Amino acid sequence: MTNHWVDIKNADLVFVMGGNPAEAHPCGFKWVIEAKKQRKARLVVVDPRFNRTASVADYYAPIRSGSDIAFLSGVINYLLSKDKIHHEYVKHYTNASFLIDERFALEDGLFSGYNAEKRSYDKESWKYQFDKDGYARVDETLQDPNCVFQIMKKHYARYTPEVVTRVTGTPTDAFLKVCEYIAETAAPNKTMTNLYALGWTEHSVGAQNIRSMAIIQLLLGNMGMAGGGINALRGHSNVQGITDQCLYSDALPGYLGAPLDADIDRKTYLEKRTPKAMRPNQMNFPQNFPKWWTSLMKAWYGKEATPENDFCYDWLPKRDLSYDVLNMFDRMYQGKMSGFVCQGFNPLASVANKKKVGDALAKLKYLVIMDPLVTETSEFWKNHGEVNPADPASIQTEVFRLPVAFFAEESGTCTNSGRVVRWHWKAVDGPGESKGDAEIMAHLYQTLKHMYAKEGGAFPDPILKLSWPYRIADEPSPEELLMEISGKALTDLHDPKDATKLQVKGGDQLASFGFLRDDGSTACGNWIYSGAWSQAGNLTLRRDSSDPSGLGQTLNWGFAWPVNRRILYNRASADLAGKPWDASRTVLKWTGSAWGGNDIPDMRPNAAPEEGVMPFIMNPEGVARLFARDLMADGPLPEHYEPFESPLETNPMHPKNTKAKSNPVSRIFKGDLEVFGTAKDFPYVATTYRLTEHFHFWTQHSKINAILQPEHFVEIGEELAREKGIKAGDKVKVRSNRGYIKAVAVVTKRIKALDVDGRKVHTVGIPITSGFVGRTKPGFLTNTLTPAVGDANTHTPEYKAFLVNIEKV
Amino acid sequence: MALQSLDIKQRSATTTPSPQARQTVEIAKLIDVSACIGCKACTAACIEWNDIRGDVGNCVGVYDNPVDLSADAWTVMRFTETEQNNKLEWLIRKDGCMHCADPGCLKACPAPGAIIQYSNGIVDFHQENCIGCGYCVTGCPFNVPRMSQKDNKAYKCTLCSDRVAVNQAPACAKACPTGAIQFGAKEDMKDYAEKRIADLKERGYDKAGLYDPQGVGGTHVMYVLHHADQPKLYAGLPDDPSISPLVSLWKGAAKPLATLALAGVALGSLFHYVTKGPNEVSKEIEDEIEREDERQLREEAK
Ligand code: SF4
Ligand code: SF4
Repeated sequence: MTNHWVDIKNADLVFVMGGNPAEAHPCGFKWVIEAKKQRKARLVVVDPRFNRTASVADYYAPIRSGSDIAFLSGVINYLLSKDKIHHEYVKHYTNASFLIDERFALEDGLFSGYNAEKRSYDKESWKYQFDKDGYARVDETLQDPNCVFQIMKKHYARYTPEVVTRVTGTPTDAFLKVCEYIAETAAPNKTMTNLYALGWTEHSVGAQNIRSMAIIQLLLGNMGMAGGGINALRGHSNVQGITDQCLYSDALPGYLGAPLDADIDRKTYLEKRTPKAMRPNQMNFPQNFPKWWTSLMKAWYGKEATPENDFCYDWLPKRDLSYDVLNMFDRMYQGKMSGFVCQGFNPLASVANKKKVGDALAKLKYLVIMDPLVTETSEFWKNHGEVNPADPASIQTEVFRLPVAFFAEESGTCTNSGRVVRWHWKAVDGPGESKGDAEIMAHLYQTLKHMYAKEGGAFPDPILKLSWPYRIADEPSPEELLMEISGKALTDLHDPKDATKLQVKGGDQLASFGFLRDDGSTACGNWIYSGAWSQAGNLTLRRDSSDPSGLGQTLNWGFAWPVNRRILYNRASADLAGKPWDASRTVLKWTGSAWGGNDIPDMRPNAAPEEGVMPFIMNPEGVARLFARDLMADGPLPEHYEPFESPLETNPMHPKNTKAKSNPVSRIFKGDLEVFGTAKDFPYVATTYRLTEHFHFWTQHSKINAILQPEHFVEIGEELAREKGIKAGDKVKVRSNRGYIKAVAVVTKRIKALDVDGRKVHTVGIPITSGFVGRTKPGFLTNTLTPAVGDANTHTPEYKAFLVNIEKV
Repeated sequence: MALQSLDIKQRSATTTPSPQARQTVEIAKLIDVSACIGCKACTAACIEWNDIRGDVGNCVGVYDNPVDLSADAWTVMRFTETEQNNKLEWLIRKDGCMHCADPGCLKACPAPGAIIQYSNGIVDFHQENCIGCGYCVTGCPFNVPRMSQKDNKAYKCTLCSDRVAVNQAPACAKACPTGAIQFGAKEDMKDYAEKRIADLKERGYDKAGLYDPQGVGGTHVMYVLHHADQPKLYAGLPDDPSISPLVSLWKGAAKPLATLALAGVALGSLFHYVTKGPNEVSKEIEDEIEREDERQLREEAK
């Protein structure tokens, strides 16, 4: 979230698309109800289904799953053509005025620089024009045909209301009604908050769905405002925490890009990731990258990391390609992996194409499961009848199940969607032989280290020389870990401007990342969490809910990263002179000598408005990017592409170009292409989602949850049910080209057939309720049906839009 | 005997006068249907607090699980899809005991002290006194009490009388994430409802209103409805509930006679219940009551 949960109550319009918070985030949803009750906020929902959120909405509009970009582009066209934008904001705080390379073009659905063979773009023509001083050229009148604003006008003019209806199936009057609601928040003192979740990310155009919304919020001037922002609702109580620690192969903790094969040494690596300011006077905060990275290496390798050995740069793994889950399981499927440690993860039920996942696991030599509960993955080899028809005799994989403690059986922190890090205390000991995750990992590490020391190995240094300063080597405490993540001074730190002034005593915890150095004198396990445990102690323990502004900012409640800031880009909540756009919801204001207000300034605290330091300090431009230049794989502006399994033969935006039917740069593995289905055999659009009654694959083990939602079902509209002779409560079989599931039919008015590009499109809704272990009725896994293709940037699989057929059994 | 905080106002089949010395504030639970998202946190909290566990059921083609009230499910969510003014609506109502000011269950109950009403308004079943006749089922205009298959006694929502007695809100109200369940003095709840109704009217629900049906003397569980003119829309919430006139009659006019006669009926019913099972008993008892009433009416007429 750029904002936070409580801040939702400050919105005038709560716009929910790509998420269903009443269903999936009922506790956080209280703030939506609060906005409605206290501010008379309106709630608008756009979704393929009239869902639980829609049940309390002021307005609901249906949409065909997988056509969100067309819808949102239509909204952008509405705002631009009706001049419903926040002019001052757009002009000064976005890159609307920046000039783009003259060669930039979009032709028949493909941006300039497309290479069909490699399925990728050469992005040279997507860049800014630069002047002789190396700064981006701008046209403040926004008239130059190559300026972002004019490029956008041309780009979005194609998304007329008629086109939107044709592509999305949303009736035109409903679409226009939604536009009206949204456009009202262009007024400087009105804000819209946007709530989204996996309904946007789990598409082959997921990242661009979210970009579209970011563009809308920038045009309306809603970023940085109380009650505004782009708010990703995270699924698990600590999934924000694992994202921040970057347990992915493509990033190091704190979203530092991980090195690639091509980054041959530290210098090359740092240079590539340390940008130069693109406009004069801008903060260009990522210029500090070397400090963050070097401090991370000091946290990991301690005194072993020295300037002489490039701070152990050579010990970091270098990537040759992306190691996302789709890739990982494809490699496993090809027999290229021998072991897999599966920690708090149930891939058999959650990675696309269950059959492929099961076959892949069967090729492993060993599989280690770390989980508090029995998971389907841990029984992938076991025959559970039709729902898991495995043949144990033919599977040699050795499976180890290590019981781990639940969150309530361990102390530590969780980071919520609003970036608020909070400590929690262990309530009880875990049962039996269960252990905390950290304890298991530590023990594993100690054993490996011991074996390397005794038996040697190919590359022992990264293991043998890891810094391991914990009091009990086998059991690092959560306190020690948080202190390490937060960071400390390794030697006395003096003020860089005045060497006589001692800033921080050696050994002290640091108050923020502002103190980090790239010379090895500081250590910090994750720069964005820096200050969570300062000399003042563990700030994540704080539970002071006092709220002097009444905005719900509660700055003494836990610790929000970065630097306890609650609303990101909050400098943009005030005009150029530092006067809040809406004084009744002041987040930040210029007091004459410093930035003050109700949040930690996202700005140099003493940067006077006259200095022209713009609010988006993490961008070298200083302003927000409407046009993403060369930073996205699939284009600097979002464009509508069909899901890989689409009910249409062509992309209605580009009917003649087959290359532009679906995301032209999404990666497709051999074998996955062959199992895409077509509308001829699988005429219905399927989409998947969660239900309130169950949390992933945990609560199926709880009797109460099983009572509340006992059995897997699928939802279809009344019209399709009639056509297929299906009644509510009937057992049905749903097939995709990858397999089938059987479940109970729920027949509903809440899913309607839509008229898309001249044909009727039905939607089949498939919840993820439970699996074949636990207290619920044993059922099929939904991902039996889903395709293994993902977003071009994140490779998040397309779980939300694919094709199926349905029949009564 | 009852806690001081739970003075008894009425007791089934009892003529002993109730305590009068203390004043108790009337309480109420207000269910704002327009803020309910059907998350079932209240249902889970109820199951947990009261330590009841039904069977894991089946999906019957709708979101309603548990499918119906039972001795092990004292509150359930009822989901209704309807089109009103060309707009699709998904009405989600938390169903359970309404804690009537004039409780038909208590009136109908022949077993002394099996059903009591506290002066704060809560209607509670004391199962140790229940003889399993099922008259409360017939007497309830909201179709709430359920007979347990395990002990053949009637069960229903207690409004968490044990929590309320020690100044805690009912478990459902405490668990509700959206504030759709409010709890407090009945007067305060009415004030709160008024604000919610004004908000709904401002959003175009002209007929929004409070459900506090006077046919049963008002209730201590009230609803804010978007369509207060059509309670039936909400999974058959009675438009104008009242106690069957027959129940009133034989418990009112012919009280002394009825008590005597009912003991016999109750035994008879119990026999019926044991041999025929709980599902058919209601109709049987109803018929019996009717016969009994007719007999009494005839006698009175003489
Ligand atoms: S709703 Fe039924 S069970 Fe509850 S108090 Fe009223 S009559 Fe009795
Ligand atoms: S807990 Fe509240 S919101 Fe959830 S179903 Fe119950 S009354 Fe509705």
